[in-house]
Amino acid sequence: MRTTYCAAMLAATLATAPAANAVDFDVEITNLSNAIYFTPFLVAAHPAGNNLFVTGQPASANLQAMAEGGDTSGLEADVTALGATIVTNPAGGLLAPASSTSFNMNTDGTSNDRLSIVAMLLPTNDGFAGLNAIEIPTAAGTYTFNVNAYDSGTEANDELITGGGMPGVAGIPADPGGVAGTGGSGAASADANPNVHIHRGTLGDTDAAAGTSDLDSRVHRWLNPVIRVTITVN
Amino acid sequence: MTDRTTMLARLLALGLGATLIAACGSSNNNAPPPPPPPPPAMASFDVTVTNLTNGQPLSPLAVVAHQDGYAVFAVGAAATAGLEMLAEGGDNTALIAEADADATVTATASGTAPIGPAGSDTVSITVLESELPGLIMSVSTMLVNTNDAITGINGVSVADMQVGDSTTWQAIAYDAGTEADTEAAIHIPGPAGGGEGFNAARDDAADRVAMHSGVVSQDDGFAGSDLGGQHRFDNPVAQVQVERTN
Repeated sequence: MRTTYCAAMLAATLATAPAANAVDFDVEITNLSNAIYFTPFLVAAHPAGNNLFVTGQPASANLQAMAEGGDTSGLEADVTALGATIVTNPAGGLLAPASSTSFNMNTDGTSNDRLSIVAMLLPTNDGFAGLNAIEIPTAAGTYTFNVNAYDSGTEANDELITGGGMPGVAGIPADPGGVAGTGGSGAASADANPNVHIHRGTLGDTDAAAGTSDLDSRVHRWLNPVIRVTITVN
Repeated sequence: MTDRTTMLARLLALGLGATLIAACGSSNNNAPPPPPPPPPAMASFDVTVTNLTNGQPLSPLAVVAHQDGYAVFAVGAAATAGLEMLAEGGDNTALIAEADADATVTATASGTAPIGPAGSDTVSITVLESELPGLIMSVSTMLVNTNDAITGINGVSVADMQVGDSTTWQAIAYDAGTEADTEAAIHIPGPAGGGEGFNAARDDAADRVAMHSGVVSQDDGFAGSDLGGQHRFDNPVAQVQVERTN
């Protein structure tokens, strides 16, 4: 009787074994926004129990560098130290509004069963999109994840295009779409929430040469979600 | 004696043993001390809400564990008086009283303080283990720098959670539909207004719950608003984690 039981268990284990770890999957990232560009994405499959950011907690210095200037090198070093499977800059530059980028990942031989994706929203002061350590599906199929925009809480959302992208330097690095104005007086002082939180959206105004913001309230706004991630397990 | 023993056994089976045993022991000195009744098996949950907004403190939580039949609200239907009081003034006492009076509600619990934009709060709630089948959790709180915005989770199943299990939901903002969204300080109880909270008058365009459309703010050209750009929000506005601890 015991032998039969064990044999049945073994059969069940064998039957499910091929799906136990997704080692080969395709990822597609789609920019859902109207006028927001994403800086080069950092995509990392990594072990469970690790996060690039935690909502309600202060941003790490490396997250801040990504959120304020699009620099993912610090976060890349963080996940490299975890033995992560990494894809950087899959779009070969900025990911434009309503555009997609696709790539393959293979985690064979690793314990990298969580997926994180981050990139900065341009033009914002410190907005970023983050897929936060989701469990990589294991059964063959297609899975969709809607991703929200966060504010790293580290820089005032003054909405001024100054070129400032270094951590701690005020201002927005650029508006890749080229529709932002100039001459704004500053849309906001420091965030009321200094920790990582859901971005309240840009304010903008309708005065291209003055007003409080260099952003255009009719163009640069968004509502969540801002990107869609599609995972196809092969 | 036989009758009394039988009655005691019945009461014990009903889970009322502890109090009655003490009462019985004091009135019958000759009886041997009865064995202590096994404590009823309980299940406990920690409900943790993290505020994801930039400038909207959340009022003290209202946590309701219930069976099918209770709901904090239904989109398209008028808010209860208890929800109106929570949504307009951040006061959860009437909502919890309504829940306690509902036969399908198992337990209620309240947060003790508001949750600031960088903060979180954990409320523990305990139910009889026998209530676990079909158990549903609801959590409600007000975005206090608004006229009548609420968020939370409105009926999620926790029946299958084992001890140590944890599930997280992203919570969106609803408009209770009981107060016009004037954004005027005199109607906003939070620190941005310091004005009136609950008012029984229902002066919103339609007296029903719907998804909230966000605040406009003076910074976005609403001259009558006493809110600023810092008070604007997008969804989700809160993260709700339920963990079964026992």
